[in-house]
Amino acid sequence: MMSRRAEALLALLLVAALVLAAWAAPWLRFVLTVALARGLAVLGILLLLRAGQVSFGHAMFLAAGAYTVAFAAPAVPETLLLLPAAALLSGLSGLLIGLFVVRYRDIFFGMLNLALSMVFYSVLEKFYSITKGTDGIRVPPLTVAGVEPGPEVQGWIMFGLALGLALACAVGVRAYLASPMGQALAGIKTRETRLEFLGVPARRVLLFAYVLSAAMGGASGALIAMTSRHVTPQLAYWTSSGELIFIGILGGAGSALGPFLGALAFELVRVYAAAAVADAWQMILGAVLLAVILFAPGGLVGILSKRRGRA
Amino acid sequence: MGEWFAENGLLLGLAGLDGLSYAALVFMVAVGLNLVFGVLRIVNVAHGSLFAIGAYAAASIGLFFAARGLPPAAGFAALLLGAALVGGLLGPVIERLVLRRVYGQEEVLQLLVTFALFMILEDVQKLVWGVQPVSQDAPLKALGTVEVPFGDDTIPFTVYQLFVLPGVALATLIGLAWFLRRTLTGRVIVAVTTDKEAATAMGIDAAKVTLLTFTFGAALAALGGALASPTTSLVPGIGASTIVLSFAVVATAGLGQIEGAALTSLLIGLGRSAAVYFAPELEVVVPYLIMVAVLLVRPQGLFGVVETRRV
Amino acid sequence: MSQPFDVSRRAAVLGAAASGALLWAGQGARAQSGQKPSELRVGITTFLSGPASVFGVPARQAAELLIEGINRNGGIGGVPVRAFFVDEGPGADHLVGEYRRLVQNEQVHVVFASISSGSCLACTPLSTELRKTTILWDCGTQRIFEEAKHPYAFRTQGYGTPEILAPLLYLLKTKPDFRTLAVINQDYAWGRDSWELWKAGMDALKPGVRVVAEMFPRFNSTDFSTEITRMLALRPDVILSTSWGGELVTLVRQAAERRLFERSTFVLPVAEASMQPLGRTMPAGHIIGARGDHWNNHPRPKDPDALKRFVDGYRQRFNEYPIYPCHHMAQAFSALQAAYAKAIQAKNDGWPNDQELADAFRGLSFDSPTSTITLREDGQGLEDQLVGLSSHGDRFPFAVPRDMVIFPAAMVSTPVGQKSVDWLKSLKTDILEKVPAPIAS
Repeated sequence: MMSRRAEALLALLLVAALVLAAWAAPWLRFVLTVALARGLAVLGILLLLRAGQVSFGHAMFLAAGAYTVAFAAPAVPETLLLLPAAALLSGLSGLLIGLFVVRYRDIFFGMLNLALSMVFYSVLEKFYSITKGTDGIRVPPLTVAGVEPGPEVQGWIMFGLALGLALACAVGVRAYLASPMGQALAGIKTRETRLEFLGVPARRVLLFAYVLSAAMGGASGALIAMTSRHVTPQLAYWTSSGELIFIGILGGAGSALGPFLGALAFELVRVYAAAAVADAWQMILGAVLLAVILFAPGGLVGILSKRRGRA
Repeated sequence: MGEWFAENGLLLGLAGLDGLSYAALVFMVAVGLNLVFGVLRIVNVAHGSLFAIGAYAAASIGLFFAARGLPPAAGFAALLLGAALVGGLLGPVIERLVLRRVYGQEEVLQLLVTFALFMILEDVQKLVWGVQPVSQDAPLKALGTVEVPFGDDTIPFTVYQLFVLPGVALATLIGLAWFLRRTLTGRVIVAVTTDKEAATAMGIDAAKVTLLTFTFGAALAALGGALASPTTSLVPGIGASTIVLSFAVVATAGLGQIEGAALTSLLIGLGRSAAVYFAPELEVVVPYLIMVAVLLVRPQGLFGVVETRRV
Repeated sequence: MSQPFDVSRRAAVLGAAASGALLWAGQGARAQSGQKPSELRVGITTFLSGPASVFGVPARQAAELLIEGINRNGGIGGVPVRAFFVDEGPGADHLVGEYRRLVQNEQVHVVFASISSGSCLACTPLSTELRKTTILWDCGTQRIFEEAKHPYAFRTQGYGTPEILAPLLYLLKTKPDFRTLAVINQDYAWGRDSWELWKAGMDALKPGVRVVAEMFPRFNSTDFSTEITRMLALRPDVILSTSWGGELVTLVRQAAERRLFERSTFVLPVAEASMQPLGRTMPAGHIIGARGDHWNNHPRPKDPDALKRFVDGYRQRFNEYPIYPCHHMAQAFSALQAAYAKAIQAKNDGWPNDQELADAFRGLSFDSPTSTITLREDGQGLEDQLVGLSSHGDRFPFAVPRDMVIFPAAMVSTPVGQKSVDWLKSLKTDILEKVPAPIAS
């Protein structure tokens, strides 16, 4: 684990760098907002990783949040209502799905999440009359506390919202992981039976984390939908879930800041790789990922509690 | 109910024939994935890329043969040659250079390392074979079609689809079962699958077994691709959709279970083609619904064993 | 586990590196005025990855070829053209960011947006927000101009409605007595929309046709054997498929192998781009379209030399025939040249700013090798549609149309201010009498 002081310092530096960059380049502000939002979803994945579980379908909660915004926005175009609504709805679906999937571990857990996300993806794609299929839905202009700001101000508000939420969630997750519930999560990874002997219901511990991570995914999706103002089923496709895990490892699973560092690095690498070699950006991203895993498995944060030789 | 069957029984029969050939292709890919998982305990996302590259390689070799004026039967040699080349060259390279370095690491890192490979190989395919659809139909044309009676009518099916695909799949199933249970190498693989530590303690060279198994699994994926190549057109992205289906098969079947993979593939194939006739909207989600249903009843998969696992 | 001090130092380095990278990334934001620039920057979004790259990559090749030609002849208004390509593959949320980057960081003067309807729907509103002239160079969704106004967006080619109505009229003229029809389209927006358009038109012009199967196999399917078996069993008179790319190639190959083409007449409105990979496998005598009038064997092109130059130039360079996205790219560049010429003239040789450039596009007429395209007041281009029956000859190693009908764009396009489906539903059979006679070739 990172020391408290180091983490705070890093967070401070990161915030300063972000604000500076967003101020210097308006287009970057957009990219950074999306990156912060995506980092939020990755933070949720991090919780599950703490329990040793890899959700290979977590993009479904992100998509659920995004589609909540897309469907509700024409009726309630209020940012401050849509965001919690999306998080709540995703959290609820997380509870429903979680009740089912927390009974499974390892590959079954991962693959069930994958399967359910693919079902969700197919539903978004198939029910064309409702979801507009792969065309996606355009999000109408939104108000913030009742006023409709201009595009410039709106951009800053979304950026601020993403940044604030990212910080709040990072602090919250940190506290949660330090709490007994959070400690029990790590217990699922090492020796689940021991946990049960101690009278800690492992499923409930995992379910709590799952719902929390689903809610964060929902908030993340809502922010992305409100920023890019267009949602498509691709948000829920399995490769999107893969990207989220990718970001988690790229940033490093050892700190609550990791997901955000990872998301920023991911978006920037993708943007610059795409600008430099538009038809081989995927290869560059893959090579970066490979290099990180092979040579710096602790990711950008650089500190991962390595437990080698686990059966 | 009886009335419905009287009306649709014939169609159901047709759906069965279609489902069989589809199941054969699904099986070819999934069984390799399952075998690899059994021994390496890695969910290989790049398995889909091997499928795609196998298909491209077989098509290229087939087209090369055809351009040289070789008889159509050479097309079949091209299929085998393509599979052997891809499996024999790419398999060891991937296992030795990449996978070997993450054995014993966290599951998520192992998964991601193959995801990185998948991303890289996606672009490699594009760089080597371009984006225009590639296809070769010599093997298909060489065998022609058979008329299947349908009431007063007849329906032409290609011999390739009706006999070659299921035939090869069946031969693979029987051959694999024989190989794993009756040969020394096969038994060694089973031993490592069941209990790696014990197997190593007994003097089995686990490194050699993993290399062999991965190469073999890669060749099966490539063979699946090669077999699919005469019936379809190869375009960028075919690997992604193939692999996600195989995941569902592997989780449903039970890990390392080849008979399970066969039964699951059959269920998925038949379910899917029945859906095309009677509930087209469900076609895409059928495999996932089957998986969720099976795992609800049998959390370890169809043939999965709770504690000791066998192949 | 490292020492806290180490960590904080590493954190500081990381943070500094991150801010440095971000600042470096952010530089280059300059204000854009009406001054004549040193280069004319064009942002082009196209598919460079995924299945739709069968369109995207040839289009990019065409763009590179066209830009070389334009720059050899002194550029546009004396300014050399430079393209910035962006991949649509990663999805709409990424593309929206890329659009902003093109405009705000690369300082492009104009954006050519998108192959997929989803990308177009996501990008086009940005043209208004950022006040940047955007040419919708390939996407076909009718929703763009029928559901909203986009003062900075212009589509330099036809769109879904004429591309579907023309083959429908062709079918009604050449095979008026069909009674049953099956549809097999890709399960995504275009597949669904095009069927809705077709159905609306067919029900208005020939009520009572029985639709025996509506199939929407998963997007990017690699196997249609089950669907083909079902159609073999149903024996519909007509099979409609607006599929494209690798999926159409697969569908045609699998259907041809099992002689479905002998039982039913196919109508394939987006066939053109798949004819080359199919070669002689494509059966003759079925209705094929090209999303426009740019078949390489156009019977009476407006400028035969220009068509030949473009086709031969592309073939020489890339060893394949240009397909319709290449022609659409050529149309976009032709429109760009015409608009700049018009704007520069209107400003007495001054360089136009964003608003003046957009004004020049409204009502613009420009030449394509095959005809002249006019942009309507809503931004929609009027492009003729060329439909015919597949046939094989010596000139091309793949199928091209015969008995071609050139449908004038105005005849098959929804009038300004109306919605396509409503308009198609209101069609009367007298439109059939206006269909021009086929051109024997």
